[in-house]
Amino acid sequence: MNPGMTAGLTSAVNAGMTPVGTPWFFYVLAGLAVASGVAVITRRNAVHSALALIVTLLAVAGLYLMLYAPFVAGVQIIVYAGGIMVLFLFVIMLVNIDRSSKERQFNRIWPVGLAAACALLALFVSTIAKGKALFPDRLMTLPESSNTQQIATMLYGEAGKMGQYTFAFEIASLLLLVAILGAVIMTKKKI
Amino acid sequence: MVPITTLHYLVVAAALFVLGVIGVLTRRNVVIVLMSIELILNAVNLNLVAFSRMWGNLHGQVFAIFITVDAAAEAAVGLGILISFFRNKETINVDEIDLLKW
Amino acid sequence: MPNFIMSYLDPKVTVTPGSAGNQFWALMYVLIIFAGVSVAVICMNWIERKALAHFQVRLGPMRVGPHGLLQPIADAVKLMIKEDIIPAEADQFVFWIAPMIGLLAAFTVYTVIPFGPSQAVSDMNIGILFMLGVSSLGVLGIVVAGWASNSHYPLIGALRSSAQMVSYEVAMGLAVVSAILMTSLNASGTGTLSMIGIVQAQQQQGVWFIFKFFPLGFIAFVIFAIAMVAETNRAPFDMAEAESELTAGYHTEYSGLRWSLFMLAEYAAMIAVSSIAVALWLGGWMRPFPNLLHAPAWDFIFSLFPGLTFGGLAAIAFVEAVRMPTQSFFRIQRIGLAVFAALLGFIALLLLVIAVAGRSADMSVAARFREGIDYVYWFVLKVAGFMYLFIWYRATWPRYRFDQLMKIGWKVMLPISLGVLVATAIVGVIFS
Repeated sequence: MNPGMTAGLTSAVNAGMTPVGTPWFFYVLAGLAVASGVAVITRRNAVHSALALIVTLLAVAGLYLMLYAPFVAGVQIIVYAGGIMVLFLFVIMLVNIDRSSKERQFNRIWPVGLAAACALLALFVSTIAKGKALFPDRLMTLPESSNTQQIATMLYGEAGKMGQYTFAFEIASLLLLVAILGAVIMTKKKI
Repeated sequence: MVPITTLHYLVVAAALFVLGVIGVLTRRNVVIVLMSIELILNAVNLNLVAFSRMWGNLHGQVFAIFITVDAAAEAAVGLGILISFFRNKETINVDEIDLLKW
Repeated sequence: MPNFIMSYLDPKVTVTPGSAGNQFWALMYVLIIFAGVSVAVICMNWIERKALAHFQVRLGPMRVGPHGLLQPIADAVKLMIKEDIIPAEADQFVFWIAPMIGLLAAFTVYTVIPFGPSQAVSDMNIGILFMLGVSSLGVLGIVVAGWASNSHYPLIGALRSSAQMVSYEVAMGLAVVSAILMTSLNASGTGTLSMIGIVQAQQQQGVWFIFKFFPLGFIAFVIFAIAMVAETNRAPFDMAEAESELTAGYHTEYSGLRWSLFMLAEYAAMIAVSSIAVALWLGGWMRPFPNLLHAPAWDFIFSLFPGLTFGGLAAIAFVEAVRMPTQSFFRIQRIGLAVFAALLGFIALLLLVIAVAGRSADMSVAARFREGIDYVYWFVLKVAGFMYLFIWYRATWPRYRFDQLMKIGWKVMLPISLGVLVATAIVGVIFS
């Protein structure tokens, strides 16, 4: 087990990247993420839901930082919290009709949905309980300072040698182009 | 206190996933359904990054970046569909959006 | 003294407190930055009113203190004791939280701003990515503020303002990427995203990135400079908060303390993006001409600049105190200004003493103080230059219309920044 994973605040003076207070940060961030997730699905007002989702996204970005994934955390903040949620808030303002906040907020078949979700939860619980023995009990400490560089090598490197995802990266850019065109064409009033 | 293992992150991801599924299946407001889908995608991302740390390579993180890109594209298209539907039928209620053609 | 406080002051420690894992000093730095930014915002308020007034051939505030020096404090007190009005149908929680989101986004950027090679709160190795992400969170504050006011003008203003910010973020990000490309033109071929690393790359390569591959670095800098004015909703891109067009846009319904939070967020965001521009293109904490004038004598002369600046300010204040009219009505103002001049003179004397005592390049306490003060001084001086440019733009240029604004953002800035990025990459490969 990584010796840095001890509880409490340690005075890691010249320790560089030794994590400090990991359990506290984890429980705070995880609790925040789950509590905000509950708020997303239970608020009557769509803007409150969107704000709760922003808190969830930021908490998950914090969890990524704890998992030695700073680049993914940065991408999460820029794309999700800064881009997608702004888009959601714009659309909420465009389609905001007052009567929707005074009606019922759960749809007609909500018992069925809840039952299905409970079945899924039972499945997850049984998988985690039974499969606990399968997870190797180790946590690697990924090098944090070269994380961006290594991801860049995998994304942009020479296809076949080091860049295993170069082709997928190009396809992703095509996907984004198609999405932009689709969104523009669908919402234009006159093509 | 027990040290934080991969299992802790997986439990958080599973909780977020189930919350997202509940949101998709039980809410009336289409925008909140789309937001619950984003919750599901984030849960999957968290799962991938936790496993990436467990195995010590970066494949999980790259996959998570691709899923984030994909989620952005899907949110844009989904909201576009919602807006063009709203223009036609003036409602954002999943109970009332139930006909392919009327 | 507890070990975890003193261990950071050891001369062998050359990293930021965040990287050294020292929470106490990280917290101290955070508090110092918070206090410094608040003082800077207050000074900026005064300078803006006086400078705008002098641009418009009038005097500006003259009554509250000597030459209106206490005007910002009077404004702050007024805003704090004003009645807190919330519109009737507005969403209370969202109305309350909107200024806080903007403030959070504006102040979190200061975590990564490099005032010196070890004078930052934390040297994250994704520093510039963090800054781009957090400054895009500011858009959320504005959108939510406009919606929560439950009124037409704020909503339109908020939507316009956020559309503008999102559009110029793209050009800003591409300009930043072309600066980061330049950091990879070193021996090992790897660049860095950390802010301190970017300034150190400029130090290593011996050239400020604004002058590198001239004119490519310069064009990237100009794109960032224009985009950062649009990002912070300042003139000439202040369509969303123009008093004459939209009755003050997204902060129409905010009064008193909440409005001052918006203004604080705006000025803090201005200082933050100017600091980013300084760190990326203008060499951060490096003094001018680090290579051309390299001798220790020149080092000593440049290290006298902080003391001389404060001495100059003290002299100006003293001359104004002498020139003030001698009636008994002005006696308090005269005395106040003379005390202020004396305070500035004392600070100047202190800085000169430190500069002279620490003129050797060794590890003594005085030398480390002098180095730290020099780094922070040159950084703050360059940022102050940008602040003055912001005020100059506001005084000089008329406002852009919204469609002109969006046209420039997408049809002019984005292609130019893409072209600069590709050109920088090509030139970088050719010349390395």
